[in-house]
Amino acid sequence: MEQKRIIVCDTDKCTGCEVCEYICSIFKERKINWSKARIRHVRIEPTFDIALACRKCEEPLCEKACPRDAITIEADGSIKIDEDKCNGCGWCIEACNFGALKLDWEKKCAIVCDFCAELDQPKCVQYCPFEALEFTTLDQVGHEAGKKAFLRIIEELTP
Amino acid sequence: MKGYAGKYLRVDLTEGKITSERLEEEVARKFLGGYGLVAWTLYNEVQEDADPLSPENVVCLWSGPVAGTPVPVSSKYAMGARSPLTGFIGFGIASGGVGSELKAAGWDGIVITGKASEPSYIYVQNGKAEIRNANHLWGKTTWETEDLIREELCDDEIRVSSIGPSGEKMNRLANITNDRNRQIGRCGIGAVMGSKNLKAIAIRGTGSVEVADLDSLLEFCLELHQRCRGPATEKYRILGTPANVLVHNRIGCLPTMNFQKGTFDQAEAVSGETMLKTMVKKIVACPACEIACDHINVVKEGPWKGTVASMDYESLEMLGPNCGVSDLNAITKAVELCDTLGVDTISAGATVSWAMEAYEKGFLTKEDTDGLDLRFGNGEALVEAVRRMCLREGNLGELLADGAARAAEKVGNGTEKFAIVNKKMEWGAYSMRSLQTATLGFATSVRGACYLRSGSYQVDVKGTVDRYHLDRSRGKIVSDGENLYAIIDSLIICKFTRGIYKSNDEMARVIRLVTGFDVDAEEMIKIGERIHNQAKLFNVRFGASRKDDYPPPRAFEEKMYDDVSDGAVIDRDEYEEALSGYYEARRWNEEGIPTKALLEELGLDTTLGV
Repeated sequence: MEQKRIIVCDTDKCTGCEVCEYICSIFKERKINWSKARIRHVRIEPTFDIALACRKCEEPLCEKACPRDAITIEADGSIKIDEDKCNGCGWCIEACNFGALKLDWEKKCAIVCDFCAELDQPKCVQYCPFEALEFTTLDQVGHEAGKKAFLRIIEELTP
Repeated sequence: MKGYAGKYLRVDLTEGKITSERLEEEVARKFLGGYGLVAWTLYNEVQEDADPLSPENVVCLWSGPVAGTPVPVSSKYAMGARSPLTGFIGFGIASGGVGSELKAAGWDGIVITGKASEPSYIYVQNGKAEIRNANHLWGKTTWETEDLIREELCDDEIRVSSIGPSGEKMNRLANITNDRNRQIGRCGIGAVMGSKNLKAIAIRGTGSVEVADLDSLLEFCLELHQRCRGPATEKYRILGTPANVLVHNRIGCLPTMNFQKGTFDQAEAVSGETMLKTMVKKIVACPACEIACDHINVVKEGPWKGTVASMDYESLEMLGPNCGVSDLNAITKAVELCDTLGVDTISAGATVSWAMEAYEKGFLTKEDTDGLDLRFGNGEALVEAVRRMCLREGNLGELLADGAARAAEKVGNGTEKFAIVNKKMEWGAYSMRSLQTATLGFATSVRGACYLRSGSYQVDVKGTVDRYHLDRSRGKIVSDGENLYAIIDSLIICKFTRGIYKSNDEMARVIRLVTGFDVDAEEMIKIGERIHNQAKLFNVRFGASRKDDYPPPRAFEEKMYDDVSDGAVIDRDEYEEALSGYYEARRWNEEGIPTKALLEELGLDTTLGV
């Protein structure tokens, strides 16, 4: 089975520059408006930063919570919101454990990352100045971590 | 008119009234934003008899046209008022997200007059604003104030600019902090907020920022983002500005022991390299920044364990080598105290270093210091002196709270000679006698001793001029730098991005793509000249002339003693010649007053011209 690709953030590299939010709103909305970004930067003072988007959960709570059946799941695991059905009640936002959804105040509609479905990789990943964002699978994240750990050992053992 | 919200808030704290005013296109074209609009506001609104700490002073906050756009490091804002430290124009620029948030809320600026009857803060939202009670915030640190306001208004994304206890006590060195680690540091604007019972300004916006040509701007910005990751900004990315410590030490221009020397024998211990290895826990960026210069230090052990502070070169240098202190833990603690209690780190460092010299030379006794052994190099005494100074605690705190110049006036006995100030503002972390073009720039700066007005230290450090001597031609170097920096501070973009623009025309292109104004490089520099002259006119109103444009006596009367710059001193005749050269380049008269013809050409009020 093909693994789902999600946006992961290396919190050591993330500086909280919010370029992902700027880029997202420009490409998705043709507006400069970071409050409409589908990725959310969170800082926990004094030294922690992360950028979060949809995690493509196996059984998305947002979908279950929607009282108007406005949320459906795409084949790649991403969330689709039917703008005509959504009335902006916000239950999906409450349900999501990752803060991946937002309310567009002007459209009165929930918004969520679609991973720039028409492109090879999301724009935020492409333009992250610090290469903190990656569009990858959880399996690959684990593999990379394993490689890093192994490299550390090799470096220590190599005279 | 794109790039602007097109309107600003006028807040009358005495009457408790808030109104909306139009930002006219003519004004925006003439003064751009930031520094330019601060100078315009203060010149038009602060009258001749307005004491800086009275309700008659005006404090204003302006973003610039690029705030909120993807132009690299463009989220900045400026604040200004008549300075209680210098008596002349006071302003500062800070990064963080205040400028962009204000624009998203639909405002370009805030002009604040009068005085509130009790502690208050201003809350600005999309298209509206209100004055709220701040009794519960009075006495809190800047970090606590940010947290409490966000909690109270139930919104973590609110940006807050606030003063600490020092601003409340109207210390003339008081600053304003936003996003925890960013400051409107210099000129004591925090004291002006305190004098108005204004604890904070909280801002939250969710609107869109309009630009003239989004597609072309985005394309150009993505290229600029690439350049931000290139060699022009490498220094800032890796070591941050503390990279300067070893560079300056090597060429003998690292102010040490209150500017007596230009080298520090323990420079290695406080270098950017050592700091990165032992102290830096995280590197952070401002919104829309691809550089990330901000190095967050965490103290790992000892009495100040757990202390967190953002460390840049100026803070590190002035509270470190210039006080003879080589303990990074103590320096980090001193910076944290300044940031949270609300005092400018540069002025704090220079004021404590003055006190250390006065103490070692016997002009201050243990009675004056309330028992503190205020020797150069004593890190614990540094931390304690800074804390008392911020809180006006005891004899020492009261003496130092208003800066080196006023402390020296009180103590007398010749200690005035080693208060390293210009226009009563403490000198930044660049040695006077071994960087003489820089000194001309510092001393002629409209806001008092300042490295950020012209960047004139660059020709000295790079070695393109003889930095141990001055001549008439240096005036134009300073003047040209001031015109360009006035644009950078008015757009407002970060000075660390100056190297990513290949030419002035590229910077003018940013103005065109954002605002739609048909501005080329030549006109852009003209705007910079106009802004600088507007600021100067403000100073002329308050009596500025040639007498205010000199470095302190140490620069002329005492020779440096260190391995690199031994014997360096500024020749008075050379300085006079360079100063005249500066006035000539600025087209001012020999007293440093703009001529009526120049002011007319720049479209400024000619009343104060000669």
